[in-house]
Amino acid sequence: MKPSRLTLCGNWILERFPLTNLWNEHMAHYYAPKNFNFWYFFGSLALLVLVNQFLTGILLTMNYKPDAKLAFDSVEYIMRDVNWGWLVRYMHSTGASAFFIVVYLHMFRGLLYGSFKHPRELIWIFGMLLFVALMAEAFMGYLLPWGQMSYWGAQVIISLFSAIPVVGDELSLWVRGDYVVSDATLNRFFAFHVIAVPLVLVLLVFLHIVALHEVGSNNPDGLDLKKIKQTGRRKSDEEEEEKILRGNNPDLKIMDSIPFHPYYTVKDLVGVAVFLLFFATVIFFMPEMGGYFLEHANFIPADPMKTPEHIAPVWYFTPFYAILRAIPDKFAGVIGMGGAIVVLFLLPWLDRSKVRSIRYRGGIYKKALLLFVISFLALGYLGTQPATPTATTFARIFTVIYFGFFLLMPLYTRWEKSKPLPKHLTYQPSLEERLPALIDTFHEVTILTPIQQQDGTVVNKRRPNARGILNVITRLAIKLKKSLD
Amino acid sequence: MKNFITLFLFLALSGGVQASQGVELQEADIDLSDNASLQRGAKHFVTYCLGCHSIKHIRYLRIAQDINVDQKKMLNDIAPEGASIYDQLHSAMNAHDAEKWFGTQPPDLSLIARSRGADWLYSYLKGFYTDKTRPYGVNNLVFEDVGMPNPLWQLQGQQKPTYKTVDGQKSIDKLVLEEHGTISEKEFDRVVNDLVNFLVYVGEPMQLERKSMGKYVIFFILMLLVLSYLLKKEYWKDVH
Repeated sequence: MKPSRLTLCGNWILERFPLTNLWNEHMAHYYAPKNFNFWYFFGSLALLVLVNQFLTGILLTMNYKPDAKLAFDSVEYIMRDVNWGWLVRYMHSTGASAFFIVVYLHMFRGLLYGSFKHPRELIWIFGMLLFVALMAEAFMGYLLPWGQMSYWGAQVIISLFSAIPVVGDELSLWVRGDYVVSDATLNRFFAFHVIAVPLVLVLLVFLHIVALHEVGSNNPDGLDLKKIKQTGRRKSDEEEEEKILRGNNPDLKIMDSIPFHPYYTVKDLVGVAVFLLFFATVIFFMPEMGGYFLEHANFIPADPMKTPEHIAPVWYFTPFYAILRAIPDKFAGVIGMGGAIVVLFLLPWLDRSKVRSIRYRGGIYKKALLLFVISFLALGYLGTQPATPTATTFARIFTVIYFGFFLLMPLYTRWEKSKPLPKHLTYQPSLEERLPALIDTFHEVTILTPIQQQDGTVVNKRRPNARGILNVITRLAIKLKKSLD
Repeated sequence: MKNFITLFLFLALSGGVQASQGVELQEADIDLSDNASLQRGAKHFVTYCLGCHSIKHIRYLRIAQDINVDQKKMLNDIAPEGASIYDQLHSAMNAHDAEKWFGTQPPDLSLIARSRGADWLYSYLKGFYTDKTRPYGVNNLVFEDVGMPNPLWQLQGQQKPTYKTVDGQKSIDKLVLEEHGTISEKEFDRVVNDLVNFLVYVGEPMQLERKSMGKYVIFFILMLLVLSYLLKKEYWKDVH
């Protein structure tokens, strides 16, 4: 049979470009552990949100005007007069918050399963650089609508540079391009937001994934899959193993692993659908998210003469903002805020535990991580609130816990006794498999009671069952205590 | 150093503001599908507010289409004399006069419902009371020492405050009607509610469209979820 014209065209490209190899290396023959759970959805979701931000961002720039006199009105023009402008803008503004939710959960996965540990230190470093770039991107993007909160938020944060001794004032002047946040600042932030930082983000995503695919994905058990394969094998197999890792030999597999495509592509598709369900609910039914995703004060045009009553950054910056405010000296506060991010970079070297996953760590790390999560959330809440003396005291306590988690890590991770690692990846029931148990629990906490209605008919209704609820709570408490040991 | 002081001033100020936000807001009854209310609200806005406040982000045409008013009726009954259907709702007062008369320019109200909230607006418009110390003879319960006179006083009448003393501090307990206006209290509440309803609509004119479209989008995503779940199950059959 004569090959079709399309095939010929395809072959012409394949002879000149390693498309097949690329696809195989990163998708079809990239082997991933088969027990990825809920926490493993957020990497692909972050990529999805990034694409969403790019597409909606490009559409927004078509009608946005980076000019202090026009910016605010141009955003309202997009919201009202541009066809589908409101949808694009809400997708972009909700996407910004979604990005941080997804990225925070993605990073938390790393803390749970020790994904930052050897040999994945560089992946973690690239990831942290991504996080920093993302914060810069979000901060500069937030100035663009030129509302009151945009303006004064930027004013406060840029003024932080002036806390640096000697060069501080000059530096903040250089960043702003003016003595206050002004048109010059808006223009340069626009430039950074739409081209400079996005380029950095794309480059870092590329490096993050290339580094990941070089060493392979971690797994919820934190097991070293390569190592397991090596035991009991002839030396000559090492070469073959090299091939497997490079994804060039589809016949040989890494133990307990499955090809990323199609297994994880179809699984991530489910994650995407669930994510979109939440994403669309926010966009269509609560785009302001109670003033957290779009702050109320940002619906007032920027006015350099009128300071708003309460300046708070958007929710994703508030944990770091709370640390800044908790420290009495301004320069020390800036150091503290920066330090809160720098310690994250050092994580691979702070953790001295022999095992990666929280499943086989001792109780101290589990309790420390729990305390860390509580203090991170509490700092996030405190950052949105006015700094009253009580709030500041609490912020200081949580700041100490935040840093304690990282700085004491070399000590407590070395002391604690880890549990023995299994030989194979363990299998944990997924949510769908737990459904029957959940239904049983529902039957336990409720009781069918016959209720006589006004017209005399008797209807069986479910009422809370105090005894059952108590049982379930005790069981949960025991389970929680056990899991923290 | 100056920046340091400003930063801490923000914090100090924000602490003080919390203390002054003790006024309980009354709840506005917002229903954007109530075209009759929106039509009344639009008319009230042009009559009582447009003298000083613009809504520059919307045109008469858009309002007419959205609240189901004939274009002719819009021009004859609602819009001010001489307005074109393509005009935005611009106030005739010029900025220079405004500064001279009120000390500041009355803000554009396009987004006021989004920055302040419906309940705040409702309580604000009902919160004027006589205060001889203020230049216009009125003060406001939810916005202390506001530079705005009560535009609805003829309708509402005059309110005066009753005081209570808590911990040795005298504060306003509630407002009582001292002098009746041209309409009853109940009718006045409706006027204010219609106005607020209109302002909420103006703040985000596509709200109803957004919500109704949202249902279809959610339905579509649910279908996608079911299909992708089945696809995943099929592919993962052989993974143990």
